[in-house]
Amino acid sequence: MTVGIVSYGAYIPRYRIKVSEIAKVWGADVQSITGGLRVQEKSVPDLDEDTATIAVESARNAINRGGIDPSRIGAIYTGSESHPYAVKPTGTIVADAIGAAPNLTVADFEFACKAGTAGIQTCMGLVESGRIDLGLAIGADVAQGAPGDALEYTAAAGGAAYIIGRDPDQLVAEIEGTFSFTTDTPDFWRREGMPYPEHGGRFTGEPAYFKHITSAARGLLTELNTTPADYDYAVFHQPNGKFPRRVAASLGFTSEQIDPGIVVTTFGNTYSASCMIGLAAILDIAAAGDRIFMTSFGSGAGSDAFSFRVTDRLDGIRSGAPSISDLLAEKEYVDYATYARHKGKIRL
Amino acid sequence: MSVPRFWRHISSRYNLIGTRCNTCGEYYFPPRTMCPNCRRDGSIEEYQFKGYGEVVTYTIIHTASEGFDMQTPYPLAIIQLDEDPRMTGQVVCDNDEIAIGMRVKPIFRKLGEDGAAGIIYYGTKFIPA
Ligand SMILES: [Zn+2]
Repeated sequence: MTVGIVSYGAYIPRYRIKVSEIAKVWGADVQSITGGLRVQEKSVPDLDEDTATIAVESARNAINRGGIDPSRIGAIYTGSESHPYAVKPTGTIVADAIGAAPNLTVADFEFACKAGTAGIQTCMGLVESGRIDLGLAIGADVAQGAPGDALEYTAAAGGAAYIIGRDPDQLVAEIEGTFSFTTDTPDFWRREGMPYPEHGGRFTGEPAYFKHITSAARGLLTELNTTPADYDYAVFHQPNGKFPRRVAASLGFTSEQIDPGIVVTTFGNTYSASCMIGLAAILDIAAAGDRIFMTSFGSGAGSDAFSFRVTDRLDGIRSGAPSISDLLAEKEYVDYATYARHKGKIRL
Repeated sequence: MSVPRFWRHISSRYNLIGTRCNTCGEYYFPPRTMCPNCRRDGSIEEYQFKGYGEVVTYTIIHTASEGFDMQTPYPLAIIQLDEDPRMTGQVVCDNDEIAIGMRVKPIFRKLGEDGAAGIIYYGTKFIPA
Protein backbone atom coordinates (compact mmCIF):
# COMPACT_ATOMS: atom_id res chain seq x y z
CA MET A 1 0.00 0.00 0.00
CA THR A 2 1.41 3.41 -0.93
CA VAL A 3 1.15 6.45 1.31
CA GLY A 4 2.53 9.93 0.90
CA ILE A 5 2.13 13.68 0.68
CA VAL A 6 -0.80 14.97 -1.39
CA SER A 7 -0.09 18.65 -0.70
CA TYR A 8 1.87 20.92 1.64
CA GLY A 9 1.81 24.52 2.84
CA ALA A 10 3.73 26.76 5.20
CA TYR A 11 3.37 30.11 6.91
CA ILE A 12 5.90 32.47 8.53
CA PRO A 13 4.96 35.77 10.21
CA ARG A 14 6.39 38.72 8.29
CA TYR A 15 8.16 40.45 11.17
CA ARG A 16 11.83 39.68 11.79
CA ILE A 17 14.36 40.67 14.40
CA LYS A 18 18.10 40.46 13.85
CA VAL A 19 19.95 38.29 16.35
CA SER A 20 22.50 41.12 16.62
CA GLU A 21 19.71 43.44 17.89
CA ILE A 22 18.89 40.99 20.72
CA ALA A 23 22.58 40.52 21.55
CA LYS A 24 23.09 44.30 21.80
CA VAL A 25 20.22 44.63 24.31
CA TRP A 26 21.84 42.06 26.60
CA GLY A 27 25.34 43.42 26.10
CA ALA A 28 26.47 40.15 24.53
CA ASP A 29 29.19 39.86 21.89
CA VAL A 30 27.35 39.93 18.54
CA GLN A 31 30.05 38.08 16.59
CA SER A 32 30.30 35.19 19.03
CA ILE A 33 26.50 34.82 19.27
CA THR A 34 25.71 34.88 15.55
CA GLY A 35 28.84 32.88 14.71
CA GLY A 36 28.17 30.31 17.41
CA LEU A 37 24.48 29.81 16.57
CA ARG A 38 24.80 30.46 12.82
CA VAL A 39 21.46 32.25 12.95
CA GLN A 40 21.19 35.79 11.51
CA GLU A 41 17.55 36.67 12.17
CA LYS A 42 14.30 35.11 13.36
CA SER A 43 10.59 35.55 12.72
CA VAL A 44 8.38 37.39 15.22
CA PRO A 45 4.61 36.88 15.36
CA ASP A 46 2.30 39.88 15.03
CA LEU A 47 0.29 40.87 18.14
CA ASP A 48 -2.76 39.00 16.85
CA GLU A 49 -0.93 35.85 15.72
CA ASP A 50 -0.59 32.66 17.74
CA THR A 51 -0.18 28.94 17.09
CA ALA A 52 -3.82 28.60 16.01
CA THR A 53 -3.69 31.40 13.41
CA ILE A 54 -0.34 30.13 12.10
CA ALA A 55 -1.72 26.55 11.89
CA VAL A 56 -4.78 27.81 9.99
CA GLU A 57 -2.73 29.84 7.47
CA SER A 58 -0.37 26.87 6.88
CA ALA A 59 -3.32 24.49 6.42
CA ARG A 60 -5.08 26.89 4.04
CA ASN A 61 -1.90 27.12 1.95
CA ALA A 62 -1.77 23.29 1.78
CA ILE A 63 -5.42 23.08 0.74
CA ASN A 64 -5.07 25.83 -1.88
CA ARG A 65 -1.83 24.42 -3.28
CA GLY A 66 -3.33 20.98 -3.87
CA GLY A 67 -6.84 22.16 -4.73
CA ILE A 68 -8.07 19.81 -2.00
CA ASP A 69 -11.75 19.44 -1.06
CA PRO A 70 -11.49 19.96 2.74
CA SER A 71 -14.42 17.62 3.43
CA ARG A 72 -12.13 14.73 2.37
CA ILE A 73 -9.93 15.33 5.44
CA GLY A 74 -10.80 12.71 8.08
CA ALA A 75 -8.24 13.63 10.73
CA ILE A 76 -6.30 16.70 11.87
CA TYR A 77 -3.34 16.47 14.24
CA THR A 78 -1.72 19.74 15.30
CA GLY A 79 1.67 19.45 16.96
CA SER A 80 2.94 22.37 19.05
CA GLU A 81 4.43 23.29 22.39
CA SER A 82 2.60 26.61 22.38
CA HIS A 83 -1.07 25.69 21.91
CA PRO A 84 -3.09 28.81 22.83
CA TYR A 85 -5.32 26.91 25.26
CA ALA A 86 -4.15 24.47 27.94
CA VAL A 87 -7.52 22.74 27.47
CA LYS A 88 -9.32 23.16 24.10
CA PRO A 89 -7.66 21.74 21.02
CA THR A 90 -6.06 24.04 18.43
CA GLY A 91 -7.25 21.50 15.85
CA THR A 92 -10.91 22.38 16.47
CA ILE A 93 -10.20 25.95 15.34
CA VAL A 94 -8.25 24.69 12.31
CA ALA A 95 -11.00 22.22 11.32
CA ASP A 96 -13.66 24.93 11.28
CA ALA A 97 -11.44 27.54 9.63
CA ILE A 98 -10.54 25.27 6.70
CA GLY A 99 -14.05 23.89 6.26
CA ALA A 100 -13.17 20.31 7.25
CA ALA A 101 -15.56 20.16 10.26
CA PRO A 102 -17.61 18.43 11.56
CA ASN A 103 -17.21 14.84 10.29
CA LEU A 104 -13.62 14.14 11.29
CA THR A 105 -11.40 13.28 14.27
CA VAL A 106 -9.12 15.94 15.80
CA ALA A 107 -6.46 15.93 18.51
CA ASP A 108 -3.52 18.10 19.47
CA PHE A 109 -0.08 16.57 19.89
CA GLU A 110 2.76 17.58 22.17
CA PHE A 111 6.30 16.30 21.84
CA ALA A 112 8.49 19.42 21.97
CA CYS A 113 9.76 20.05 18.43
CA LYS A 114 8.68 16.73 16.88
CA ALA A 115 4.93 16.81 17.60
CA GLY A 116 4.23 17.69 13.95
CA THR A 117 6.11 14.69 12.54
CA ALA A 118 4.33 12.45 15.06
CA GLY A 119 1.14 13.83 13.45
CA ILE A 120 2.39 12.76 9.99
CA GLN A 121 2.99 9.23 11.29
CA THR A 122 -0.49 9.05 12.84
CA CYS A 123 -2.08 10.22 9.58
CA MET A 124 -0.05 7.60 7.70
CA GLY A 125 -1.51 4.82 9.86
CA LEU A 126 -5.11 5.98 9.44
CA VAL A 127 -4.68 6.53 5.71
CA GLU A 128 -2.86 3.22 5.08
CA SER A 129 -5.48 1.24 6.96
CA GLY A 130 -8.16 2.85 4.80
CA ARG A 131 -9.94 4.34 7.81
CA ILE A 132 -9.72 7.89 6.40
CA ASP A 133 -9.26 9.33 2.90
CA LEU A 134 -6.91 12.21 3.77
CA GLY A 135 -5.20 13.28 7.00
CA LEU A 136 -3.77 16.71 7.87
CA ALA A 137 -0.66 16.98 10.05
CA ILE A 138 0.49 20.41 11.22
CA GLY A 139 3.54 21.60 13.11
CA ALA A 140 3.14 25.18 14.37
CA ASP A 141 4.71 27.21 17.16
CA VAL A 142 5.21 30.66 18.58
CA ALA A 143 8.29 29.62 20.51
CA GLN A 144 9.15 31.24 23.83
CA GLY A 145 12.55 31.93 25.30
CA ALA A 146 12.97 33.80 28.57
CA PRO A 147 14.43 37.31 28.14
CA GLY A 148 18.22 37.05 28.23
CA ASP A 149 18.21 33.23 27.98
CA ALA A 150 20.18 31.61 25.15
CA LEU A 151 16.87 30.39 23.66
CA GLU A 152 15.78 33.97 23.07
CA TYR A 153 18.23 34.36 20.18
CA THR A 154 16.56 31.63 18.15
CA ALA A 155 12.95 31.04 19.42
CA ALA A 156 10.79 31.91 16.41
CA ALA A 157 7.29 31.48 14.97
CA GLY A 158 6.05 29.52 11.95
CA GLY A 159 4.04 26.58 10.73
CA ALA A 160 3.90 23.84 8.11
CA ALA A 161 1.01 21.58 7.10
CA TYR A 162 1.08 18.28 5.22
CA ILE A 163 -1.91 16.51 3.69
CA ILE A 164 -1.36 12.75 3.72
CA GLY A 165 -3.15 10.39 1.34
CA ARG A 166 -2.76 7.00 -0.34
CA ASP A 167 -4.07 7.34 -3.94
CA PRO A 168 -0.89 6.93 -6.07
CA ASP A 169 -2.34 9.29 -8.69
CA GLN A 170 -2.62 12.09 -6.13
CA LEU A 171 0.74 11.84 -4.33
CA VAL A 172 3.39 14.51 -4.86
CA ALA A 173 5.87 12.55 -2.74
CA GLU A 174 5.65 8.95 -1.66
CA ILE A 175 6.68 8.14 1.93
CA GLU A 176 8.99 5.13 1.55
CA GLY A 177 9.35 4.53 5.26
CA THR A 178 9.54 5.99 8.76
CA PHE A 179 11.51 5.00 11.84
CA SER A 180 11.40 6.44 15.37
CA PHE A 181 13.74 6.44 18.35
CA THR A 182 12.44 7.53 21.78
CA THR A 183 13.91 7.60 25.33
CA ASP A 184 13.25 9.36 28.64
CA THR A 185 15.87 12.14 28.44
CA PRO A 186 15.27 15.35 30.45
CA ASP A 187 17.11 17.79 28.15
CA PHE A 188 14.38 20.46 27.94
CA TRP A 189 11.01 20.84 29.61
CA ARG A 190 8.30 23.23 30.74
CA ARG A 191 6.06 22.58 33.74
CA GLU A 192 2.34 23.43 33.62
CA GLY A 193 1.74 27.15 34.24
CA MET A 194 5.35 28.20 33.69
CA PRO A 195 5.77 30.82 30.93
CA TYR A 196 9.19 29.74 29.64
CA PRO A 197 10.88 26.37 29.19
CA GLU A 198 13.92 25.20 31.15
CA HIS A 199 16.81 23.36 29.58
CA GLY A 200 19.72 21.25 30.67
CA GLY A 201 22.41 23.50 29.14
CA ARG A 202 25.17 21.38 27.58
CA PHE A 203 23.03 18.31 28.18
CA THR A 204 20.85 19.29 25.17
CA GLY A 205 23.51 18.37 22.61
CA GLU A 206 25.18 14.96 22.68
CA PRO A 207 22.79 12.69 24.69
CA ALA A 208 19.67 14.38 23.31
CA TYR A 209 19.77 15.93 19.81
CA PHE A 210 22.69 13.96 18.35
CA LYS A 211 21.95 10.56 19.87
CA HIS A 212 18.25 10.55 18.93
CA ILE A 213 18.59 11.92 15.39
CA THR A 214 21.51 9.61 14.64
CA SER A 215 19.71 6.54 16.01
CA ALA A 216 16.44 7.21 14.15
CA ALA A 217 18.26 8.07 10.91
CA ARG A 218 20.50 4.96 11.05
CA GLY A 219 17.45 2.84 11.91
CA LEU A 220 15.61 3.98 8.79
CA LEU A 221 18.65 3.70 6.50
CA THR A 222 19.14 0.11 7.71
CA GLU A 223 15.46 -0.76 7.34
CA LEU A 224 15.28 0.62 3.78
CA ASN A 225 18.77 -0.63 2.94
CA THR A 226 19.76 2.83 1.72
CA THR A 227 22.82 5.03 2.30
CA PRO A 228 23.11 8.85 2.44
CA ALA A 229 24.40 8.76 -1.16
CA ASP A 230 20.99 7.47 -2.32
CA TYR A 231 19.39 10.81 -1.38
CA ASP A 232 19.29 14.11 -3.25
CA TYR A 233 18.31 16.13 -0.17
CA ALA A 234 18.31 15.75 3.61
CA VAL A 235 16.75 17.86 6.33
CA PHE A 236 17.16 17.69 10.12
CA HIS A 237 15.64 19.54 13.06
CA GLN A 238 17.23 22.99 13.29
CA PRO A 239 17.51 24.46 16.82
CA ASN A 240 20.42 26.53 15.40
CA GLY A 241 22.53 26.52 12.26
CA LYS A 242 25.29 24.36 13.73
CA PHE A 243 23.57 21.19 15.00
CA PRO A 244 21.93 20.09 11.70
CA ARG A 245 25.21 20.54 9.80
CA ARG A 246 27.12 18.55 12.40
CA VAL A 247 24.62 15.68 12.60
CA ALA A 248 24.37 15.55 8.79
CA ALA A 249 28.14 15.32 8.44
CA SER A 250 28.41 12.59 11.08
CA LEU A 251 25.77 10.52 9.25
CA GLY A 252 27.56 11.02 5.91
CA PHE A 253 25.33 13.62 4.24
CA THR A 254 27.03 16.45 2.32
CA SER A 255 26.40 20.18 2.60
CA GLU A 256 24.98 20.11 -0.97
CA GLN A 257 22.29 17.72 0.30
CA ILE A 258 21.33 19.74 3.38
CA ASP A 259 21.84 23.42 2.42
CA PRO A 260 18.50 23.80 0.53
CA GLY A 261 16.57 22.70 3.64
CA ILE A 262 18.42 24.91 6.16
CA VAL A 263 15.87 27.58 7.10
CA VAL A 264 16.98 28.41 10.67
CA THR A 265 19.54 31.02 9.49
CA THR A 266 16.80 33.37 8.30
CA PHE A 267 13.67 32.28 10.21
CA GLY A 268 15.07 31.08 13.55
CA ASN A 269 13.99 27.90 15.30
CA THR A 270 10.30 27.38 14.56
CA TYR A 271 10.21 24.36 16.94
CA SER A 272 7.44 21.95 15.79
CA ALA A 273 7.57 23.48 12.31
CA SER A 274 11.37 23.45 12.00
CA CYS A 275 12.23 20.48 9.77
CA MET A 276 8.71 20.49 8.26
CA ILE A 277 9.42 24.00 6.87
CA GLY A 278 12.83 22.73 5.75
CA LEU A 279 11.09 19.89 3.89
CA ALA A 280 8.71 22.42 2.28
CA ALA A 281 11.74 24.45 1.06
CA ILE A 282 13.08 21.26 -0.55
CA LEU A 283 9.71 20.33 -2.12
CA ASP A 284 9.68 23.87 -3.60
CA ILE A 285 12.69 22.92 -5.76
CA ALA A 286 12.81 19.09 -5.96
CA ALA A 287 12.33 17.22 -9.25
CA ALA A 288 10.44 14.01 -10.00
CA GLY A 289 12.35 10.97 -8.78
CA ASP A 290 14.37 12.92 -6.18
CA ARG A 291 14.71 11.25 -2.79
CA ILE A 292 14.55 13.27 0.43
CA PHE A 293 15.65 12.17 3.91
CA MET A 294 14.16 13.92 6.95
CA THR A 295 14.68 13.48 10.70
CA SER A 296 12.93 15.52 13.36
CA PHE A 297 13.94 15.86 17.01
CA GLY A 298 11.78 16.59 20.03
CA SER A 299 13.22 17.12 23.49
CA GLY A 300 12.21 14.68 26.13
CA ALA A 301 13.34 12.99 23.79
CA GLY A 302 12.66 11.41 20.43
CA SER A 303 13.29 11.51 16.68
CA ASP A 304 11.19 10.50 13.67
CA ALA A 305 13.03 9.71 10.42
CA PHE A 306 11.32 9.65 7.01
CA SER A 307 12.29 8.78 3.46
CA PHE A 308 10.41 10.48 0.59
CA ARG A 309 10.44 10.00 -3.16
CA VAL A 310 9.11 12.89 -5.27
CA THR A 311 6.57 12.03 -7.99
CA ASP A 312 5.95 13.80 -11.30
CA ARG A 313 2.83 15.43 -9.83
CA LEU A 314 4.79 17.88 -7.66
CA ASP A 315 5.50 20.28 -10.55
CA GLY A 316 1.79 20.67 -11.21
CA ILE A 317 0.83 21.90 -7.74
CA ARG A 318 3.95 23.76 -6.63
CA SER A 319 2.88 27.27 -7.63
CA GLY A 320 -0.55 27.05 -5.94
CA ALA A 321 0.67 28.61 -2.66
CA PRO A 322 3.56 30.81 -1.48
CA SER A 323 6.98 29.10 -1.57
CA ILE A 324 9.38 29.30 1.36
CA SER A 325 11.45 31.82 -0.59
CA ASP A 326 8.28 33.93 -1.13
CA LEU A 327 7.70 33.87 2.64
CA LEU A 328 11.37 34.67 3.19
CA ALA A 329 11.22 37.74 0.95
CA GLU A 330 8.07 39.13 2.63
CA LYS A 331 9.57 40.69 5.75
CA GLU A 332 9.76 43.77 7.93
CA TYR A 333 12.33 44.30 10.68
CA VAL A 334 11.37 45.28 14.23
CA ASP A 335 13.55 46.59 17.07
CA TYR A 336 13.80 44.95 20.50
CA ALA A 337 11.16 47.18 22.10
CA THR A 338 8.56 46.29 19.45
CA TYR A 339 9.62 42.65 19.62
CA ALA A 340 9.18 42.56 23.40
CA ARG A 341 5.68 43.97 23.04
CA HIS A 342 4.84 41.40 20.37
CA LYS A 343 6.03 38.55 22.51
CA GLY A 344 4.23 39.89 25.58
CA LYS A 345 7.53 40.10 27.45
CA ILE A 346 6.52 43.56 28.61
CA ARG A 347 2.93 43.87 29.81
CA LEU A 348 1.70 47.26 28.62
CA MET B 1 -19.20 39.78 23.46
CA SER B 2 -20.82 36.69 24.95
CA VAL B 3 -19.45 33.20 24.24
CA PRO B 4 -22.75 31.94 22.68
CA ARG B 5 -23.05 35.02 20.48
CA PHE B 6 -19.51 34.54 19.20
CA TRP B 7 -20.02 30.80 18.67
CA ARG B 8 -23.16 31.32 16.54
CA HIS B 9 -21.14 33.51 14.15
CA ILE B 10 -18.03 31.34 13.85
CA SER B 11 -18.62 30.26 10.24
CA SER B 12 -19.15 33.82 8.98
CA ARG B 13 -16.20 35.14 11.02
CA TYR B 14 -13.78 32.33 10.10
CA ASN B 15 -14.76 31.77 6.48
CA LEU B 16 -16.87 34.75 5.37
CA ILE B 17 -19.89 32.54 4.83
CA GLY B 18 -22.77 34.59 3.46
CA THR B 19 -25.59 33.85 1.05
CA ARG B 20 -26.45 34.43 -2.61
CA CYS B 21 -29.82 34.61 -4.35
CA ASN B 22 -29.83 32.38 -7.41
CA THR B 23 -32.83 34.24 -8.86
CA CYS B 24 -31.38 37.77 -9.04
CA GLY B 25 -27.70 36.99 -8.38
CA GLU B 26 -27.38 39.30 -5.35
CA TYR B 27 -24.81 38.40 -2.63
CA TYR B 28 -25.47 38.95 1.09
CA PHE B 29 -22.99 39.40 3.93
CA PRO B 30 -23.93 38.99 6.71
CA PRO B 31 -26.08 36.16 5.36
CA ARG B 32 -29.79 36.72 4.68
CA THR B 33 -32.28 33.90 4.53
CA MET B 34 -34.80 35.90 2.43
CA CYS B 35 -33.90 37.91 -0.72
CA PRO B 36 -35.36 41.44 -0.41
CA ASN B 37 -35.39 41.80 -4.24
CA CYS B 38 -37.18 38.58 -5.09
CA ARG B 39 -39.12 37.96 -1.87
CA ARG B 40 -41.02 34.73 -2.35
CA ASP B 41 -39.38 33.97 -5.74
CA GLY B 42 -35.88 34.18 -4.31
CA SER B 43 -33.70 31.10 -4.02
CA ILE B 44 -31.13 31.63 -1.29
CA GLU B 45 -27.96 29.52 -1.13
CA GLU B 46 -24.93 29.56 1.18
CA TYR B 47 -21.92 31.29 -0.39
CA GLN B 48 -18.31 31.55 0.79
CA PHE B 49 -16.85 34.96 -0.09
CA LYS B 50 -13.31 34.94 -1.51
CA GLY B 51 -12.38 37.79 0.83
CA TYR B 52 -10.73 39.93 -1.84
CA GLY B 53 -11.91 43.52 -2.05
CA GLU B 54 -11.17 47.21 -1.75
CA VAL B 55 -11.05 49.74 1.09
CA VAL B 56 -14.03 52.11 0.71
CA THR B 57 -13.28 54.18 3.79
CA TYR B 58 -11.45 53.73 7.08
CA THR B 59 -10.80 55.16 10.51
CA ILE B 60 -7.96 54.72 12.99
CA ILE B 61 -9.15 53.14 16.23
CA HIS B 62 -7.35 54.54 19.28
CA THR B 63 -9.53 53.15 22.04
CA ALA B 64 -10.97 49.65 21.84
CA SER B 65 -12.96 47.64 24.34
CA GLU B 66 -11.00 45.55 26.84
CA GLY B 67 -9.58 42.42 25.26
CA PHE B 68 -9.55 44.05 21.83
CA ASP B 69 -7.07 46.79 22.70
CA MET B 70 -3.75 44.99 22.24
CA GLN B 71 -3.13 46.48 18.80
CA THR B 72 -4.37 50.04 19.21
CA PRO B 73 -4.05 52.28 17.30
CA TYR B 74 -5.12 50.23 14.26
CA PRO B 75 -7.07 50.87 11.04
CA LEU B 76 -10.68 49.68 10.83
CA ALA B 77 -12.13 49.80 7.32
CA ILE B 78 -15.29 49.32 5.33
CA ILE B 79 -14.32 46.82 2.66
CA GLN B 80 -16.23 46.37 -0.55
CA LEU B 81 -15.89 42.69 -1.40
CA ASP B 82 -15.39 41.83 -5.09
CA GLU B 83 -18.79 40.09 -5.05
CA ASP B 84 -20.35 43.44 -3.96
CA PRO B 85 -21.39 43.40 -0.28
CA ARG B 86 -19.61 45.73 2.13
CA MET B 87 -18.30 44.63 5.50
CA THR B 88 -16.38 46.18 8.38
CA GLY B 89 -12.97 44.69 9.07
CA GLN B 90 -9.59 45.38 10.61
CA VAL B 91 -6.77 45.90 8.13
CA VAL B 92 -3.42 44.63 9.39
CA CYS B 93 -0.94 47.24 8.15
CA ASP B 94 0.75 50.43 9.33
CA ASN B 95 -1.64 53.28 10.04
CA ASP B 96 -0.01 55.42 7.34
CA GLU B 97 -0.09 52.59 4.80
CA ILE B 98 -3.88 52.23 4.54
CA ALA B 99 -5.63 54.22 1.79
CA ILE B 100 -9.02 54.45 0.14
CA GLY B 101 -9.08 52.15 -2.87
CA MET B 102 -6.37 49.82 -1.49
CA ARG B 103 -6.79 46.17 -2.54
CA VAL B 104 -7.01 43.71 0.36
CA LYS B 105 -7.12 39.95 0.92
CA PRO B 106 -8.25 37.93 3.95
CA ILE B 107 -6.10 36.55 6.77
CA PHE B 108 -6.95 34.49 9.86
CA ARG B 109 -6.08 36.34 13.07
CA LYS B 110 -6.96 36.77 16.74
CA LEU B 111 -9.73 39.35 17.09
CA GLY B 112 -9.45 39.62 20.86
CA GLU B 113 -9.82 37.73 24.10
CA ASP B 114 -11.83 37.77 27.31
CA GLY B 115 -8.85 38.46 29.58
CA ALA B 116 -6.08 35.97 30.34
CA ALA B 117 -8.48 33.24 31.50
CA GLY B 118 -11.33 33.74 29.00
CA ILE B 119 -12.06 32.61 25.48
CA ILE B 120 -9.93 33.74 22.53
CA TYR B 121 -11.86 35.15 19.58
CA TYR B 122 -10.53 34.33 16.12
CA GLY B 123 -11.71 35.49 12.74
CA THR B 124 -11.00 37.21 9.45
CA LYS B 125 -8.99 40.39 9.11
CA PHE B 126 -7.52 41.87 5.94
CA ILE B 127 -4.00 42.55 4.71
CA PRO B 128 -2.84 44.55 1.68
CA ALA B 129 -3.21 42.29 -1.40
ZN1 LIG C 1 -33.03 37.65 -5.36
